[in-house]
Amino acid sequence: MKARKGGLLILAAVLVVGSVLIGGRREGAEFAGSDGQAMATVAVIHPDYRPWFGVIWEPPPEIASGLFALQAALGAGVLGYYLGFRRGRAARQRNRSDAGD
Amino acid sequence: MHIAEGFLPPLHALAWTGIALPFVVISARRINRLMRQQPQIKLLLAAAAAFAFALSALKLPSVTGSCSHATGTGLGAMLFGPSIMAVLGAIVLTFQALLLGHGGLTTLGANVFSMAVVGPWIAYGLFRAARGVNLPLAGSVFLAAMLGDLATYMMSAGQLALAFPDPASGITGSFLKFLGVFGPTQLPLAVIEGLLTVVIVNFLREYSGEELQSLKFLPETLAVEARS
Repeated sequence: MKARKGGLLILAAVLVVGSVLIGGRREGAEFAGSDGQAMATVAVIHPDYRPWFGVIWEPPPEIASGLFALQAALGAGVLGYYLGFRRGRAARQRNRSDAGD
Repeated sequence: MHIAEGFLPPLHALAWTGIALPFVVISARRINRLMRQQPQIKLLLAAAAAFAFALSALKLPSVTGSCSHATGTGLGAMLFGPSIMAVLGAIVLTFQALLLGHGGLTTLGANVFSMAVVGPWIAYGLFRAARGVNLPLAGSVFLAAMLGDLATYMMSAGQLALAFPDPASGITGSFLKFLGVFGPTQLPLAVIEGLLTVVIVNFLREYSGEELQSLKFLPETLAVEARS
């Protein structure tokens, strides 16, 4: 069980690293976002289309990366809290039942 | 799958908002009811929301030399049922539209529909079907989370195709073009989403048996086995 859990995470990490290595060899690979590429495709299909509503507020790039990190950190933080909480509780219960024997 | 601000014509933007809205309203009601009936489940719900929050923030590289992100919505859909995810996804997408300049308010309805409605429903439906034909739990979770992720991007491609049909090849041609942009990049990321979802479910099976049982996520025997 333990080994398999670690194995899946390693497999995911290998996929990410492999993607960088393989994707990086492609010509003109800049790891641009596919969302942005899709919007560029809109411009190709309908060159006349102009977005009719602009972004209300866009953070400067450096701050945007910080806010993305914040989003990920909040998510990972809460998830990590839950996992640690459950694991700790399970360990306590195990100890208690051991003591009872 | 974030359609950028202003990138759907007003009529389309309005229509997708109208389509997504009832799902969000029903979702809010279901979350309220769940909190009242099973308050002990709150923490797990927060964890599922956090999973979607974290995964949708991470732009991951793909073999195509482009970047994209996972959705993280399959986990919550399988645990709590797909309708729960509409509110959670809407929160993530609103945060990104207002603070990150990613997605937009006019396209919020369309983006909520693809990421927080279609993805979760496909994931949930596939999960139930896979369990119905007795596929193992991990395999079912993997398939459901992976294909739910891909379904979200297919939906986005469809939304863009409807709004911007190709002058020569029409909506179908346009759909294939947008799918060609999203699909190859998304494929390895969907596999990663599937793997991470399985890791979390394996953990829950080991440590959160009671919660899974009260959600009827696991058949009785499995939950008992996981608890002992």
